[in-house]
Amino acid sequence: MSEARKILILGATSAMARGTAAAFAARGDSLYLAGRDTDELTRLATDLSVRFSVTTHHGVVDIANTASHSAFVKQAATALGGLDGVILAAGYMADQADAATDFAIVERMVAVNYLGAMSVLDQCAALMAAEGQGFIVGISSVAGDRGRQSNYYYGSAKAGLTAYLSGLRNRLSSQGVHVMTVKPGFVDTAMTYGLKGMFLVASPEDIGRAIVRAVEKRRNTVYLPWFWRYIMLIIQHLPEFLFKRLKL
Amino acid sequence: MASAKKFLAGWGRYPVQECITWRPERASGLYLPTPMISRGQGRSYGDAALNENGNVVLTERVNRFLDFDSDSGELRAEAGVTLAEIIDVCLPRGWFLPVTPGTKFVSLGGCIAADVHGKNHHRDGAFSSAVESFSLIVADGTVLNCSRNENSDVFWATVGGMGLTGAIKDVSLRLRPVETARVIAKHQKAQDLEQAFTLLAEEDDSNEYTVAWIDCLARGRSLGRSVVMHGRHATAEELPASKSVLATGGRKVRTLPIDLPSFALNSVSVSLFNAIYYRREGGKQKSFVTDIDRYFYPLDSIHHWNRLYGKRGFVQYQCVLPINTIDTAFEGIKRILEQLSASRRASFLAVLKRLGPESGGLLSFPQSGYTLALDLPVRGKDLFAMLDRLDDIVVKAGGRVYLAKDARLGRDSFEAMYPRLSEWREVKQRIDPNNHFDSSMARRLGLTNE
Repeated sequence: MSEARKILILGATSAMARGTAAAFAARGDSLYLAGRDTDELTRLATDLSVRFSVTTHHGVVDIANTASHSAFVKQAATALGGLDGVILAAGYMADQADAATDFAIVERMVAVNYLGAMSVLDQCAALMAAEGQGFIVGISSVAGDRGRQSNYYYGSAKAGLTAYLSGLRNRLSSQGVHVMTVKPGFVDTAMTYGLKGMFLVASPEDIGRAIVRAVEKRRNTVYLPWFWRYIMLIIQHLPEFLFKRLKL
Repeated sequence: MASAKKFLAGWGRYPVQECITWRPERASGLYLPTPMISRGQGRSYGDAALNENGNVVLTERVNRFLDFDSDSGELRAEAGVTLAEIIDVCLPRGWFLPVTPGTKFVSLGGCIAADVHGKNHHRDGAFSSAVESFSLIVADGTVLNCSRNENSDVFWATVGGMGLTGAIKDVSLRLRPVETARVIAKHQKAQDLEQAFTLLAEEDDSNEYTVAWIDCLARGRSLGRSVVMHGRHATAEELPASKSVLATGGRKVRTLPIDLPSFALNSVSVSLFNAIYYRREGGKQKSFVTDIDRYFYPLDSIHHWNRLYGKRGFVQYQCVLPINTIDTAFEGIKRILEQLSASRRASFLAVLKRLGPESGGLLSFPQSGYTLALDLPVRGKDLFAMLDRLDDIVVKAGGRVYLAKDARLGRDSFEAMYPRLSEWREVKQRIDPNNHFDSSMARRLGLTNE
């Protein structure tokens, strides 16, 4: 096994983050789990250390609270004794209909999925660029590839994140830091449980393992599972005059 | 958290009922403010983890290990952790479950709710004997710590309580040390029921675990013809030094992809299988080394083996007959086998086992005696009438039917079988007077609808 890396997981209490953390832990990496629910973070951290005999730390961070990010990232890197990788899994998807009637929900989605993500990743990027090594994984969404009437507040925030990650990758590539954009399709999480119209749903554990493999291969943008690349290729290339009439 | 309406069934796939399912990702979601029942891996056979048109909370993702001390074997974990996960994590470090049922795909919460037992019940008791304590989310959403010393009445109402006292959150249990992941097994043929009873009653170091497979189509003089299987954990000395003694090794897992047609298991095919099995397995009279998976969980190597019984499913009838005198149990089991054999019903799996003393769980199944388990396809008009007749035999003998397997027991028989029911009702009345925790089984047996 290669040397244990020091990895920060942001938004660690989601099912997808748990699957990803398990996949890194399975190869022996040390983890720092960050999120808002202290009790749950403690449970998750213990779980990973018992199952995989790895070192785990945890701490509270609110992705929407950008003012706290600088101190937080320093604290996490100190606890880990360095920073080799960051997984941004924090995300917030509210129901489109709820968001359409309450703009505070839209603001929250932008604050978490886009603004907060940029803020916290900027802090991590600065640290890693100074060291000249490491990787950043941003979990965006296929929802950001084209705005659809069923999910466009969330989708537009994720579109912003995708563009940010692309720019960050461009800037950091000369500084030894790799940036990977992940676009999951339907994953079997609390976000999708019971929703109608789900198909080919992937398990969070499979997504986690796929992320670890993609990091090894230094992929730039990965759709997970892979066939979503082609589904989205079709959706992105539908002519607008047709697309605008579809119930998507 | 969103819900999903689903048709659910237990492992026997009878009955099937529409339920509103919820699947929390963390322990705080185990409790709903509206009436509910928890469901772990859905391995109880009947309607214990069903709630027709009501809420069912799936605990499968609430499965975090919270502490494991590899020096003492003390483990704390969330109720959704399965025995398979515990074996994966703890066996390589030299610890095994002190009590395990015949499948490892069961949750900790389910093991407590059914107070499950294994092949060593006659020595080591039921699952609760390994449980130090647990926390229980009760009707108002508060959390109660339960152990033999703290809230002990709730502890004993929850052990075997089929999920009706609350939602089990975290469990502390004590594992047992093992030197290896291997088992030394030995089989003996028993030509009839009397010999099977004698062999099961033998106390010997080699039968830490013991169980008999019965050919229940054998009739007349061969009634009760069995293979008695003994086992014990192998010590490191007994294995070749080169082997990694705690490695579990991979085992090929197959999946039964479709329902077999309902005629696949009939008295001809089963008696043919039984004859071959009796000769082959009964011939292994010299002790042999096998591994934990093969020994304890033979059926786990075929995922969805319940499809063997076809779309209409099957019921498992498991009863225990106490040994007030050895004859009462013997005569009772004999009469049950005679009834079954006369009806030419093919039970593909039939198991006879000796059980030790009761655990203290107010609705726990095991009691000192002999237990018989039969898998019967749901087929033919008279199946349920025959099972009712078996209930009468069991009641008369002072025995009981195992709720974790049950899908059809009548309320009167149930009340006659569980003498500590009134004590259980007192606890239920005190901690959950409005039946926040309710299930299809509970309503059928009159546990929640007075």
